[in-house]
Formats: sequence, structure tokens, C-alpha cells
Amino acid sequence: MIRTETLTKRYGSIVAVDEIDLDVRAGDIYGFLGANGSGKTTTVRMLLGLAFPTSGHILVLGQPIPKSKRTVLPMIGALVEGPAAYGRLSGRANLALFDAMDATGVRRSRRSRIEESLDRVGLGGVDSRPVKSYSLGMRQRLGLAQAILRTPRLLILDEPTNGLDPQGIREIRDLLLDLNGQGTTVFLSSHLLAEVEQTCSRVGVLDRGRLVLQDDLATLTAPTGRTSVRTPDVAKACQALQSRVVVAGDDGLLIETDDPAATNAALVAAGVRVLELGPERHTLEEVVLAATQSGADSMARP
Amino acid sequence: MIGVELRKMLRSHRTWITILLINALPTLVGVLLALTDLGPRPGSGPAFLSAVLSDGTLFPLAAVAIVLPLFLPTAVAVVAGEAIAGEAQAGTLRYVLVRPVGRTRLLVAKLVSVVVFVLLAVLVVAVSAYVLGSFLLGDQPVSASVSGTTLTSEQIAWRTALALGYAVLSMLGVAAIALFLSTVVESPLAAAMGALAVLIGSSLLLTLDAANSLSPFLPTRYWLSFIDLFRDPILWRNVLRGTGLQLLYVAVFLGAAWANFTTKDITD
Repeated sequence: MIRTETLTKRYGSIVAVDEIDLDVRAGDIYGFLGANGSGKTTTVRMLLGLAFPTSGHILVLGQPIPKSKRTVLPMIGALVEGPAAYGRLSGRANLALFDAMDATGVRRSRRSRIEESLDRVGLGGVDSRPVKSYSLGMRQRLGLAQAILRTPRLLILDEPTNGLDPQGIREIRDLLLDLNGQGTTVFLSSHLLAEVEQTCSRVGVLDRGRLVLQDDLATLTAPTGRTSVRTPDVAKACQALQSRVVVAGDDGLLIETDDPAATNAALVAAGVRVLELGPERHTLEEVVLAATQSGADSMARP
Repeated sequence: MIGVELRKMLRSHRTWITILLINALPTLVGVLLALTDLGPRPGSGPAFLSAVLSDGTLFPLAAVAIVLPLFLPTAVAVVAGEAIAGEAQAGTLRYVLVRPVGRTRLLVAKLVSVVVFVLLAVLVVAVSAYVLGSFLLGDQPVSASVSGTTLTSEQIAWRTALALGYAVLSMLGVAAIALFLSTVVESPLAAAMGALAVLIGSSLLLTLDAANSLSPFLPTRYWLSFIDLFRDPILWRNVLRGTGLQLLYVAVFLGAAWANFTTKDITD
């Protein structure tokens, strides 16, 4: 769905995006993670033909961007750096205007399309008050409604849950999963690890303009092959297991073993009180922190 | 896209308030003339104003001559300056472009919308001046051309229409300059002020003998040449030059706007 080859964007001597090779496959919910200032928004703008790459290639839906913008963009819904609308008009009037801008739309079904997308983002009952009186959450929902107006094949969303309360975040997550279930590929740019971990099937991590990690979420958080044990009797356990212990902490240890059940039996036989025993998994947070340096917006002295 | 821009412009209260404000000055002048019966001496004051006390049907021309030097270009600069920069400031530009609306198409739609705005403003000024002129001002047909010969009312009618068209055309240069600046700066106000600065500079240079060699190229040089349409016979020279000059400004600045806008990164 999205493929980039050594995509690079330079502003003068500053390299905002540095030779990234994105690979978003059909059906993915792709989490595009990165600290603020790591180049996420610049990348999104290049994918949508708003900014021009310094070098490298972009293929979206199999066609080159920015060259084939006119054929590709009608199949894409986008939310870039916060929603925007004409403040003096109502939400419905805004959607009608944006819908009319794209000449490929069928005018007859405009009204039903608008009502359906308003319903999907939870704004179905909104009255005709102007958008400038909307709350941030309502604007965000309206922006999403605009993005899904044309039932796009690909959704490119930049921080879509910004300004929403936990309930709203939950609703948007369900909406994205629902759309994905109906065949929409989602490219979700975010700095919120939890959001990506709960929603996405595939993850790319951007650090200071470089793509430092790109893999399936399931692979990244798969069991490491080691077993983790939580116990108050660390010393006793080390004695019992000897060389099989990889790391010993204050309240638990990591063990290299082919047979966790036998290990457990050995521990219990040695009188170790086992609180918890299971396969070791890395959380997405650990994976991301290991792959990246401190945030690009921190300007600490070296 | 042109339809969308027109809808946006026509539905905006600001459009109509601006037009009403433009119309306020000639209306005030007309009412004052009617109440006091004190017209400017022939040859002084705005064009045609001395004649309207006797022939009110000439008032549309006088009204357009009143708004053309300052009111109308100011409004045009504001409206055209807002075209791209205003969308960028509101954040809607990126959503318009990914809809997708081609950048060239957007520019053309904005220019068309500005031209329609000018057309509306001139029409409102002319029509309300005609109504005011025929009810409040003189009703003895003067039918005199600037040259002193007599014109039939039919001749006056079509020459008035021509003059109104020329007034609209005269605003194209300002519109193109403001539109170009609107693609360069991010603030609509800065774009409007920039275009106005060009006009003020142009008016000032016109008064300077040392700048004589420049004057045929100054955007405001031929604005009031529509008076020549009321000479007998019509003196086409300056009207045609003015038309050519405005088209030249449109070509140069719309070209520059296109070159800049289609190659720039949208970072609003």
C-alpha cells in the first residue's frame, strides 16, 4: 500500500527524514511511532504530496507520488497535524464543501455519505452550530469524518486521538479496527506507545529521521525464549538452578530453560516460593526505547 | 472547484459587508449632493460629479470613479491576499490539496472568485448609484460627452457598461499581485498590505516627473482612463493600453504565483 525507497527530506543542512524505506502492506494497521520532531509529520506530508522529497521514491497504492497524486489521493483519507475546517460553517456544510471539491464524487449520494460518516465518528446528532464553537474533541471527530467521507482504501492519520478523552480514544480505536475489518489499510502516526500497541498490527519506529525498526508487532513482542520467575527467595533459587540463571534481580530472575515445568518443579522442591512463572516478553515500550535515543525535542548538553 | 470557491465567497457575510462598505461612500456623496445642491465646479473633483446634479443617470459613473482609486483596490487586495494565505492560516489548505484539488486549479478558482467579487462590487455600486441618481438627483438629460458634443441616451448606456467593464478589468492587476503574495507569505494581512504598498507606490510615482519613463508600466496609470470612453469620438488609446497592461500584470504575477505555489512544500 505504501512503499518508500531511501526517502529523504532535507531542509538546508538539517536532515528531517533520512533514507527511510517504509513498507506498509494491504490490510495492515501500521503504527508509525516516533518522538515529537523525529520526522513523522514530514513523512506524512510527503506521502500525501504536500511536501516534495529531496531524494528517494514513494509508491502509494502502487503509484508514484507526487506524480500520480490526482489518481491516488481520491482513494486516501487523511488527517494531518490536527483537524481544520471553515470555522464559520457548520460541520455538515464543511463536509459538503470538501466533498464537492473532489470532482470524482457522485453528487447524488453526497448527503447520505455525509450523514454516514458523521454517524461513524459519533457526530450524527450535531446541530448546525458553526465549527468554531466546537470543542477540540468534536473538531477531531469532524476531521475523521472528513477523512472517511469517501470510504478510502487507505487512511493516513496523524495523531488522530489528540484532544479526545479516554472514552473518545476508545471509540476511535474501535472505529479504526472496524474500518480495518472492512478492508481499509490504516497508517497511524503517533507518539503514544499505548495507542499503537493496542491498535496496530505492524510498527515502524522513526528516530531523528531514521527508520530504526519496522516489524510486525507480534514479532517484536514475541516470547524471547527465556523464562521469567518472580519470587522473594532469589538467593535460594539461584542455588537451585545454578548456571541456568541469566539475570538475578531483587524480586525475581530470568532463566534459560527448555522445560519451564521441570524448572518450576525443581524450584518448588528446593523450597522456593514461586509467585509467578512465565515466558519473558518485551513490551513495545522496551523495544522502542532500546531502538531509539532520547527524544529529538530534548536539547540536553552532550 | 470554481463552483466551490464561488459558493464560499457568496455565502460569506464578509463579502456582502465589504461590498456595502464600498458602496457607503458614493451613497453618502449622492445624498449630500441632493440635500445641499452644491456640486463641484466642472473640471474639479471626481469625474462626472459636476454633471450629476443636472443629470442623475450619470451618477453610476461618478460613483465608480469615487471608489476606483482607493476603496475598491483595498477590498480586492484584502480578498485576493486571503486566497491562499488565509487557507494556510486556517489549516484548511492541506485538506483542500489532499482532497485532491490540483494546485493550479485552486489558483485559477481563487482568481475567478476575486474577479466575480469585483464584478459584484462594481455592479452593486453602479445599480444603487443609478437608483439614487434617478430619484434624488437631477432629471434634465445633459447627454453631454466630455468633449462637449451630445450623446444619445443609448450611447451613454453602452458606454457606461463598457466603463464598468473597464473598472473591473483595472482591478485584475491588484488581484494578481495580491494572489502572488498570498502564495509567498503565510499571513493574509501581509499579502494584502504588500499589494496595497505596490499601489500606493505606483500612485506616488505617477506624480513624479522624474518617473515619467516608468509611468506606462505602473498598475494605476490607466485606471481612470474610462473617462476617455465618453469623449466624442471615443479615445481608445489609453483604454487599450490600460487593458493590455492589466493583462500583462495578470500574466506575470499569476505565472509567478503558479511557479511558486506548485513547487512549494505546504507546511501550514
